[in-house]
Amino acid sequence: MTSEGIGASVRRKEDKRFIVGRGQYTDDINRFGQVYACFLRSSHAHAAIKAISTDVAEGMPGVLAVLTSSDVAADGLGGNPCGFAPDGKQNAPPRPLLAGERVRFVGDLVALAIAETPEQAKDAVEAIEIDYEPLEACVDPAKARSADAPLLHDEAPSNTCVEWQIGDKEATDEAFARAHHVTRLDIVNNRKSPNAIEPRASLAEYNPADESYTLYTTSQNPHITRLLLAAFILGVPESKVRVVSPDVGGGFGSKIPQYPEEALITWASRRVGRPVKWAAERSESFLSDAHGRDHLTVAELALDANGKFLGLRVDTTANLGAYLSTFGALSATYLYATLLSGQYVIPAIHAKVTGVFTNTAPIDAERGAGRPEATYVVERLVEAAAREVGIDRIELRRRNFIAPDAFPYQTPVALAYDSGDYEPILADGLKRADYDGFATRRAEAESRGKLRGIGLSTYIEACGLAPSNIAGMIGAGVGLYESAEVRFDPTGTVAVYTGSQTQGQGHETTFSQLVADRLGVPIDKVDIIHGDTGRVQWGHGTYGSRSLAVGGSAIVRCCEKAIEKGKKVAAHLMEAAESDIEFADGSFTVVGTDKSKSFGEIVMAAMVPHNFPLESMEPGLDQRTFYDPANFTYPAGCHVCEVEIDPDTGIVEIVNFVAVDDFGTLINPMIVEGQVHGGIVHGVGQSLLEHAQYDEAGQLITGSLMDYAMPRADTVPSFEVGYKVTPCPHNPLGAKGCGEAGAIAAPAAVINAVIDAIGAEIQMPATPERVWRTLQSRQTARAAE
Amino acid sequence: MYAFEFSKPTSVAEAVTAFGRVDDGKYLAGGQTLLPTMKQRLAAPSDLIDLAGIRDLAGIRDEADGIVIGAMTTHADVAGSDAIRRVIPALADLADGIGDAQVRNRGTIGGSIANNDPAADYPAGLVGLDATIHTDRRTLAADDFFQGLFETALEDSELVTSVKVPVPDRAAYVKFPNPASRYALVGVFVAQSGAGVRVAVTGCGANGVFRIPEMETALQASFTPDAVDGIKVDAGGLNGDIHGSPDYRAHLVTVLAKRAVAAAR
Repeated sequence: MTSEGIGASVRRKEDKRFIVGRGQYTDDINRFGQVYACFLRSSHAHAAIKAISTDVAEGMPGVLAVLTSSDVAADGLGGNPCGFAPDGKQNAPPRPLLAGERVRFVGDLVALAIAETPEQAKDAVEAIEIDYEPLEACVDPAKARSADAPLLHDEAPSNTCVEWQIGDKEATDEAFARAHHVTRLDIVNNRKSPNAIEPRASLAEYNPADESYTLYTTSQNPHITRLLLAAFILGVPESKVRVVSPDVGGGFGSKIPQYPEEALITWASRRVGRPVKWAAERSESFLSDAHGRDHLTVAELALDANGKFLGLRVDTTANLGAYLSTFGALSATYLYATLLSGQYVIPAIHAKVTGVFTNTAPIDAERGAGRPEATYVVERLVEAAAREVGIDRIELRRRNFIAPDAFPYQTPVALAYDSGDYEPILADGLKRADYDGFATRRAEAESRGKLRGIGLSTYIEACGLAPSNIAGMIGAGVGLYESAEVRFDPTGTVAVYTGSQTQGQGHETTFSQLVADRLGVPIDKVDIIHGDTGRVQWGHGTYGSRSLAVGGSAIVRCCEKAIEKGKKVAAHLMEAAESDIEFADGSFTVVGTDKSKSFGEIVMAAMVPHNFPLESMEPGLDQRTFYDPANFTYPAGCHVCEVEIDPDTGIVEIVNFVAVDDFGTLINPMIVEGQVHGGIVHGVGQSLLEHAQYDEAGQLITGSLMDYAMPRADTVPSFEVGYKVTPCPHNPLGAKGCGEAGAIAAPAAVINAVIDAIGAEIQMPATPERVWRTLQSRQTARAAE
Repeated sequence: MYAFEFSKPTSVAEAVTAFGRVDDGKYLAGGQTLLPTMKQRLAAPSDLIDLAGIRDLAGIRDEADGIVIGAMTTHADVAGSDAIRRVIPALADLADGIGDAQVRNRGTIGGSIANNDPAADYPAGLVGLDATIHTDRRTLAADDFFQGLFETALEDSELVTSVKVPVPDRAAYVKFPNPASRYALVGVFVAQSGAGVRVAVTGCGANGVFRIPEMETALQASFTPDAVDGIKVDAGGLNGDIHGSPDYRAHLVTVLAKRAVAAAR
């Protein structure tokens, strides 16, 4: 390990510009002649639009245009596309950019006004008259398929998008038939608002000279945005659209989808002939950012008399919202049910997922995307089963863990885990959490009138999305490889162009460390360029903990190519055979001699080819790579949460939280630790606080930070974090990914701890009132006995 | 935000006169409620009359029969006042628990009580401490000042100038914060003085801040947590929302009252 290479906790290069306030977010960018858009959003959850009148609005001061669905139709724009269909099969009703005949959720887009100032645009929107005929709304996924539920789309009978299953139903039924014990749970995975600190924003500029568009937008995957925007919505060549995603203030999945707003802004910039900007207000974010989770699940685990798992049966209703978002039912199907084997040998698994439409905001990926839901199901079941059959929950886990010699392990739900060793991770987690001392701590808490509980989550996730052949097989419209390009300047500075896109994860530092490690170049001589389709050749962006495992691997491969070419150059310069050239610590050496050339000298020779074998080699050292992973990566770990509950108020305090994770190789442990902390806070938020709720009429009642509870610094303790490193066997870094682990593991650990403390099952979020009520009904039940 | 006229008078008289002259004016104190409401276009005053230029309105004075707090005194200044912390630590603690640091640095006691948000902390403190509210034209007992949800006894142009708080023998404020907004879901202020015991509750009353006479009587007899243990408020008079049903809040009132009695100093 060098002081800057792999394994060094280098301070983040990008932080200087953020700390001094010189970050460049979309809303910080301004173009000459820029005007502003404001959207008219439906105030009804479900209504027919009888008439729209824009006459007054169009005549207001500063207004350049007021655009509705008829303008969209007149210009022949496509709808907002969905890029995934599970196994190619789903009822996929179109999502219009602007609603013309019907609105289907509060926040649905109806019109936009473009004006010289944001206030004038807002005034114009207020002056648009819409004649709505309200329709009955359905917000509850449990009711969406009932005969008397209002139908959202003619194309989706019974409000059903997809009925999907995975695993062997017959074998699973057979396993349950011979079970010694069956544990059954009804599980709600609560709907979340993503709440990135930077609301979505877009700024688009049309150049009539070459009929091209430039869109600055808050995207986690600008190339995908360009593809969808150009090919599916605007109907122009991709080469005519440049998408720039500058600094992005958090995404958590909510900035993956293609949103109608950015398409409309881009289109409007051509209509009005001026650059058009839109920046969402927080209230718009609550209404219209893709929400996460929202599952209703019945889950059953079958055990034999020795506590060995025989089978798992899962039936999930997944709310997809009013329309399909870009990745539709991906999070609810393949990213979810393929993880239901957890860290365990479960010989038979069958999962059924029904994706339904309701009059709510569209649902898409949110940090973890399907894998938190799966982990929550499995880990709740395991601890419930342990209680029911009277086997210690640690022992029950140990009896059912996949043994270290069983890898690669083929689960009954498609995935083949490449590697893993769960027992030492569990042991380390228990030790760090002082699990053995818990009984003493519980007794001490009891003496103060408090209830203590401890809970575990031994999770696995499939990350590093994804092998393109598998993506295609399951119904994705794109490949999921990543690209990298490495360019050298004559004086030895290196520019790395990556298709990954950062929303704060520290890529500029981590990726620079990869280059420092491979080429021996100091990180301050490495520039990481990302988030611009005009500069980066191609990319799939950042999500699914893929940036290091896939994007980083591409960079490393690219560096290796540069070294290979460098060896040829070095062989020529030092008059040696290429096979005799070694590269190490930034120098090319002729084996067994003291002849050596630094990397910088080789770059210079390649870029200023005065003495260069031009007949056999091109000048330059630049390289480009496309890296497609051979498999997913499988980070795994053990999270242990200890809570103390005040029975008088129901307040849950997290008094200790331990995370031991196997992310494979760590590049920058400090950055990894930050990702783990953030992920855990995310999971804690879901377990205790966050819940996006609609009332029966479909109004979002958690539409502001005054009502939607987010975790804060004082919600969580100082975390105890540890690692076990088993390198990923199939990528050049051995890295697995760390961005989602906390959000995946923490909810089950927290809720298992709460259940342990109160002695009763409870749903998320375990709010004070919910905990208090559970304790009350337990008391009442005890009194009745 | 809609357009509005702005003025910044330098005296109370000038401010009140200005208010009388305009169509639909609002006094601007710390702006911590008014400005977000205006930004969301939920309020559209024709005129804002900024009180920040009136020097006499801010400041804390230790007088023989109590502490006088100027209307434009920020929550941070109340929380950080040695005078208040010495004689009414409960009030300093209350101010220290309002909103976040930014809100405490801008928000003022006069602005807060004139707005009378049913989940604000000061109404419980001032009713619990039997404070008097001074305006440009009269003096009101806190009991009479707070009149309902966002309703006070203030007349149209009437301006709060200061609050006078008598020093109790002991007092405490215990708040259960709304997990999202951190306003009081329930907040209970308990104070004991020569005049008796007061128990004032904010956050949950369907009509804003209210007292619990039954608890006051019980505490008068015995100022112990046990004295209020069995006294429950009627959930029928309480608000409910996604963060707390009326039942739960009624339960919390008793829990917090006990804790406030135990914490009183």
